[in-house]
Amino acid sequence: MGKLAKGVALVGAGMSKFGNHFPVKRNPDLWIDAWLNAVESVDNGIEPKDIDACYVGNYSSDLFNHQGHLGPQMANLVGLTPKPAPRFEGACASSGIALRQAIIAIVSGIHDVIAVSGVECMTELPTAGVTDVLATASDSLFEYPAGATFPGLYATLASAHFHKYGTTAEDLMRVGIKNHENGAENPYAQMQQSIKDMMISKRKRYEEQGREIPDWSDEFDFLKSSANPIIAYPLRLFDCSLITDGAACLFLTSEEKAKDFTDTPIWITGTGQGSAALSLHDRDSLTSFIATKESARQAYQMSGLKPKDIEICEVHDCFTIAEIVALEDLGFYEKGKAVEAIKNGETKRDGALPINTSGGLKSKGHPVGASGAGMAVEIFKQMRGIAERNRQVKFDVEKAMTHNLGGSGGTCVVTIYQK
Amino acid sequence: MSEMDKDFTIQSYLEFLQSKKLMGSKCKNCGILYVPVRKLCTKCNISNMEWVEMSGKGELAAFTSITVGTPYFIEKGYDRKRPYCFSIIKLKEGAMVSAQLVGVEESKPETINIGIPVKVKFLETEIKGETKIDLGFEPT
Ligand SMILES: CC(C)(COP(=O)(O)OP(=O)(O)OC[C@H]1O[C@@H](n2cnc3c(N)ncnc32)[C@H](O)[C@@H]1OP(=O)(O)O)[C@@H](O)C(=O)NCCC(=O)NCCS
Ligand SMILES: [Zn+2]
Repeated sequence: MGKLAKGVALVGAGMSKFGNHFPVKRNPDLWIDAWLNAVESVDNGIEPKDIDACYVGNYSSDLFNHQGHLGPQMANLVGLTPKPAPRFEGACASSGIALRQAIIAIVSGIHDVIAVSGVECMTELPTAGVTDVLATASDSLFEYPAGATFPGLYATLASAHFHKYGTTAEDLMRVGIKNHENGAENPYAQMQQSIKDMMISKRKRYEEQGREIPDWSDEFDFLKSSANPIIAYPLRLFDCSLITDGAACLFLTSEEKAKDFTDTPIWITGTGQGSAALSLHDRDSLTSFIATKESARQAYQMSGLKPKDIEICEVHDCFTIAEIVALEDLGFYEKGKAVEAIKNGETKRDGALPINTSGGLKSKGHPVGASGAGMAVEIFKQMRGIAERNRQVKFDVEKAMTHNLGGSGGTCVVTIYQK
Repeated sequence: MSEMDKDFTIQSYLEFLQSKKLMGSKCKNCGILYVPVRKLCTKCNISNMEWVEMSGKGELAAFTSITVGTPYFIEKGYDRKRPYCFSIIKLKEGAMVSAQLVGVEESKPETINIGIPVKVKFLETEIKGETKIDLGFEPT
């Protein structure tokens, strides 16, 4: 596998606010918010007539909203009818796949400019319903009858990681604390609060309600208390990503077209996709994701970069353990060594390798089919130096990566971006 | 038709399970074992299988104790106060399976250790007057 046969540029990116929006906003409303936000980010402007196709990533509007066939609907809402509007599904990696397919279509010469859409509205269902829909992204024949939920599958992987590498619940907590600190600086995030601030407001609420005031000494103490209940041991509430409604929009162009839209495109230099057995019990390893390793291998090879070249990365932290495993599988740290780096602050905004500056799926939110495109929005902002509030990293980012994992690791898409 | 002549399908595997037999398919060409059943050996890329019954012995490879469960397990009576364990079991014969882990203190998951020896326990659930068998394991 060589380099991309043709340059592909990211010339615009935007998103809706992620949050609990239903019924005030549904898929069409969220998508239009994302579209308008992305249009605004294109230096020289972009119009429907400039765009050849709309590639839509969505996991399960069918089960969340009783609406299939989302492609033409999303395209029509932004004036792209009758252009091609396919929909891509790969669980939580759905819009990562849409992004990758758009890259492939541009390199092939079939299209020059593509709008990539990621969209998901989950809160139309109550938590139990969402849990049931998400479970269809795992193996419904043999894992589901044994009681598997999504948090349960990642918790099972966590138990194996704990056993093999001595990882602890506190190691997981550090991931959540860091991601919430980042999300607090993101005006598009669902939970814009650090865990420390949440602890303080919770204490205040208890006080107002005349309840016994908890004596949490710090965030760890708070996270080990009943305020942070176990969902699937060893994962607690604050180890889980959020249930979210949201959309994201990316504009990709060929090298020749890029200059029509901006003088400072972000180049996509690597794309990789991998797969794994759907059920955990059919895999060789319970402590690493082969789909991540394979997609990273392809993307590194294509871009000619190595793990040490990557300066910032948005990784798929659907659960805190997933961020730890991703940092190892992407080659940033040896197996079992990521937790030490996290403890040393390396993955914080001011660390050597800032991870999930957006707040990640944990704090920014995880509208599953929109999450992959959402990661690219953060990379676009960081590379242009326009990340809001106090979130912008303090150096000029030249090489970045997104890692978008589907389900319990059955699908993965890795993308590399360069200036 | 003898039981051993059943086609190598999911339905056959489930029928065996329903009669309290944990069965796998073994490639007659290379000897690889598939549990749950598969008709195609993906190592040899041919379909030349025979049924083999598992001893039901194995060890705990990974697990969790779930407080927010699936509708099926909520129907079985599990909830936040009464969690259940989902587990992955490495069978003595080599393959891994997903199963409920019983006979442990689900509310004290820190007392459950990966690597402990386990044996199969076929779990019965009454649904609409019929008994359904699910795969379970318990410590030996
Ligand atoms: C963990 C989970 C079950 C919690 O849902 P829930 O029990 O219905 O929680 P509720 O919506 O009732 O919220 C209860 C409280 O917890 C908070 N909360 C909910 N999810 C949270 C999370 N993941 N992290 C932190 N706090 C959370 C709510 O804001 C609310 O706080 P409040 O009482 O101060 O208002 C749910 O968030 C979940 O399933 N997350 C995982 C989603 C997933 O699997 N995605 C796919 C991954 S591949
Ligand atoms: Zn074989």
